[in-house]
Amino acid sequence: MSASLADDRLAQATQLQLTWWRFCRHKLALVSLGVVALFYLIAIFADFLAIADPHATDARRGFIPPQGIHLFDDGDFSPHVTGLKGARDMKTFKLAYTPDPTRKLPITFFVRGYEYNLFGLIPTDRHILGVVGGQPVDGIFLLGTDQLGRDLYSRLMVATRVSLVIGLAGVSLSLVLGVLLGGVSGLYGGIVDTVIQRVIEVIRSIPTIPLWMGLAAALPNTWSVVQVYFAITLIISLVGWTELARVVRGRFLALREEDFVIAAELAGASQLRIILRHMLPSFASHVIAAVSLALPAMIVSETSLSFLGLGLRPPAISWGILLQDAQNVQVLAGAPWLLCAAIPVILVILAFNFLGDGLRDAADPYG
Amino acid sequence: MLIYIARRLMLALITCAAISVLTFVIIRLPPGDFVDAYIANLASNGSTVSAEQAVAMRHEYGLDRPVIVQYALWMGRVVRGDFGVSMMWRRPVTEVIGDRLWLTMAVSFSALFLTWTIALPIGIYSAVRQYSAGDYVATLLGFMGLAIPNFLLALILMYGGFRYFGLSVGGLFSPEFAQQGWSVAKLWDLMKHLPLPAGVLALAGTAQLIRIMRANLLDELRKPYVVSARAKGLTERHVVLKYPVRAALNPFASSIAYLFPYLVSGSIIVSLVLGLPTVGPLLLQALVAQDMFLAGTIVLLLGIMTVIGTLISDLLLMWIEPRIRLQGRA
Repeated sequence: MSASLADDRLAQATQLQLTWWRFCRHKLALVSLGVVALFYLIAIFADFLAIADPHATDARRGFIPPQGIHLFDDGDFSPHVTGLKGARDMKTFKLAYTPDPTRKLPITFFVRGYEYNLFGLIPTDRHILGVVGGQPVDGIFLLGTDQLGRDLYSRLMVATRVSLVIGLAGVSLSLVLGVLLGGVSGLYGGIVDTVIQRVIEVIRSIPTIPLWMGLAAALPNTWSVVQVYFAITLIISLVGWTELARVVRGRFLALREEDFVIAAELAGASQLRIILRHMLPSFASHVIAAVSLALPAMIVSETSLSFLGLGLRPPAISWGILLQDAQNVQVLAGAPWLLCAAIPVILVILAFNFLGDGLRDAADPYG
Repeated sequence: MLIYIARRLMLALITCAAISVLTFVIIRLPPGDFVDAYIANLASNGSTVSAEQAVAMRHEYGLDRPVIVQYALWMGRVVRGDFGVSMMWRRPVTEVIGDRLWLTMAVSFSALFLTWTIALPIGIYSAVRQYSAGDYVATLLGFMGLAIPNFLLALILMYGGFRYFGLSVGGLFSPEFAQQGWSVAKLWDLMKHLPLPAGVLALAGTAQLIRIMRANLLDELRKPYVVSARAKGLTERHVVLKYPVRAALNPFASSIAYLFPYLVSGSIIVSLVLGLPTVGPLLLQALVAQDMFLAGTIVLLLGIMTVIGTLISDLLLMWIEPRIRLQGRA
């Protein structure tokens, strides 16, 4: 009874449902989907999640180590952080901060902070956490501060948005190029195909980082942050489209010979209709899988470029820019928490890779 | 086989041409030309260049002619080994680059070598002993290699070395050899320093190749001919190594063509973190200072070296892979 019910369900399921069921079998991919979703939620609500203004510098707050949140106070639930006591190390003359347990700063939710636009539209100044009152140096420093006293946690939140969006933008551009050129290549074949394939081979045999560096360094210094942002996106997607083009071409070549495509052709459907109505649904999932595998590569590209100081430029904040501060061993020895910016990079790359693997398996009906 | 070699050579030539055009574009991209930069450079030192002299210089360097002619002139000089003068160092570009190009190649080739020698046996092992502890360790290594960009790995290793062992990880030579000429002792010193950067570079590629090798070999091992070989009483070692491994090498092999450019590319950024005396840090300095002849030359030479490296690995492949030899195509 239940077996036949399951069979019915299988027989009636749409392509999308089948793909989803197959995808659900891949547990790691499912978890990764959650992680990716979480990261994009952070990207959307970055300013709300930020505690301090990510651009606000304060020399007195330089290199404050990460602070823990104390949930209980004498057995009662009252989340608080302790105040900080600065003392100068008489050997190194560096200002070092230690927690001062005598001063307790209660944490308040939905506190007012710097102003921003939620979703880029709604002006507000509410933030998820904060402390009210206290001395100027006081605050919540979940991940510590950098040399200029900027709160690393808040910067990380905003950087997440920048890095993830640049990845998406880069992939979208690559996708347009890849689908267009890969499609043309697979559809027409012959000399066009040969030329495009050779171009792809040439691009793939050039070491990308020196090339990116050259192109990125050539961007005029006078450009605004936004202009540089778009230029960098363009630069990384100019190299990144080849893999997508290869996938699209492969699918086109395979589908061109399928009976249902020939049937549609014989029935007199126009070429555009065949592509959009008959072929696209069968290879869309493959393209989505390829996209989710291309995204981490884009993110790493941007991170590497910004890390070198050739990508986005401050005051823009991205993972690469945060990691740039952690480039020097001397700095790291004093402030190891600066390496925290590496964690989201690694997490996102892993999640996207598992997600892509899962999607690729799910998209393959013979898997 | 000859067709295959000819095809590869043609592709290599086209790639070199494409790289040269891109390099030329990079050199010309910043606003102003070589002479402007030169004059600005002189002006910052107090000397001036008259307008007539500037025109004469532009004429001499062919900067007043159409772009295509300029490209041809530049190519002509490059082919003769004249890469121009580095603005930053005031010395010929070739002199500035010196050993650095070879060291870059040394690092990249050792990474390539390491990738092959590690990935092949581990890949075979994890396929033959699927779901064993070793397989899981290899898979874990694979995920790590996948997830940690190599410059981050270098950064973490540097910090770890400094924090827990008090070592300064990095560099390619001990201080006492850095300024010396080449000698056997210096070469040995280099050998001692190479494994770390090569390992850092190799991890990502290794991870990828292990995955590919494992998947390919698993497919092969399930085929009936393996069962019959086993049924005929061949030793397990023979059964695995003689046919399935060789058959599984083909897709493995085709990914190697893209591995070398990837490694060279990675070596640039890893060198910066680890402070290796390769062209990486020089390229960054040149780009930041807009010393475009130096930067362009480095990009060009790196590109050409990569093409040659890829060509060599292609030929090696042909040697181990009879199907390429016989089919005449990859």
